[in-house]
Amino acid sequence: MYRALLELADDHLVLGHRVSEWCGHAPMLEEDLALPNMALDCIGTARALYARAGELEGAGRDEDALAYFRGEREYLNCLLVEQPNGDFAQTMLRQLGFAAFMEPFWRAAAQSSDDAVRGVAGKAVKEMAYNIRHAGEWVVRLGDGTDESTGRMRAASDALAPYWDELFLSSPATQEAEAAGILPERAGLRANWEQVMRDVFAQALLDWPEATWSQGGGREGRHGEGLGHLLAEMQSVARAHPGATW
Amino acid sequence: MINETPLWEVFIRQRNGLSHRHVGSLHAADEALALSAARDVYTRRGEGGSIWVVPSSAITASDPDHTDEFFDPAEDKIYRHPTFYDIPDDVGHM
Repeated sequence: MYRALLELADDHLVLGHRVSEWCGHAPMLEEDLALPNMALDCIGTARALYARAGELEGAGRDEDALAYFRGEREYLNCLLVEQPNGDFAQTMLRQLGFAAFMEPFWRAAAQSSDDAVRGVAGKAVKEMAYNIRHAGEWVVRLGDGTDESTGRMRAASDALAPYWDELFLSSPATQEAEAAGILPERAGLRANWEQVMRDVFAQALLDWPEATWSQGGGREGRHGEGLGHLLAEMQSVARAHPGATW
Repeated sequence: MINETPLWEVFIRQRNGLSHRHVGSLHAADEALALSAARDVYTRRGEGGSIWVVPSSAITASDPDHTDEFFDPAEDKIYRHPTFYDIPDDVGHM
């Protein structure tokens, strides 16, 4: 169960960090505040999950130890969340796809047999519902926008298509947690997710991409080049000054 | 950019029973994005329980050049202020 929660926490921390990279670079001031809001939603969830994972591991590692002192091969996030931000279209589509998976996930996790998971679920389900709304509005407007924005949203859709599948695959550790009623079954969330995504794509006048191939491996610690750079930036201060407080 | 994302005025009600108050403005392409942006920009510290967004162009404002004729005539009409009544102690705080 420790490992299953770690996978989930890593998804949220890595995505949160990615989205936070927009801070100061968003296309407009309003989005420059909205994107860090979304990033903080993810990071807040990650913190709670790391705390619980550390407790279960029982090796004295707290959330900071798990976030800052593991290398990329020890990170168990899915590949979707570590994908570079690309342009605003790609970031919004990634956020929509992730939130459209996590919202029903947390809704189902409200029945978890683990108190801590139930606690996280109650808060996260609302945050993800808002993420779906906000990112979905943008996917619709960019998809059904100008030639330029439609082209960018199509490119984003092609770029991310190989990474959706991994959301629905459960590692052996996660399968155990699912069997124990701690986490909802990932595979069972697919139909609902695809319906939400197809609805948004229909409104955006985009074709839903039928993936011809998919990429996995994140749950075994096999990542793309981008994750190492992300972790280097995120961890450098904590590693240069271990135990520092401010 | 400004033509595509006009200005909106944002009003927020903190709690039931209070009125919506003007808190600022923002740029957005349409009313749904304006509402979303208002949530993200102006309710980050739990300020809000309800949000209104109104196109700034829909607001007609008084002209600063007409301030004298608009507002000065009210200044010497002190009888409009309810300060000439003795309020019985039993009434308590009003």
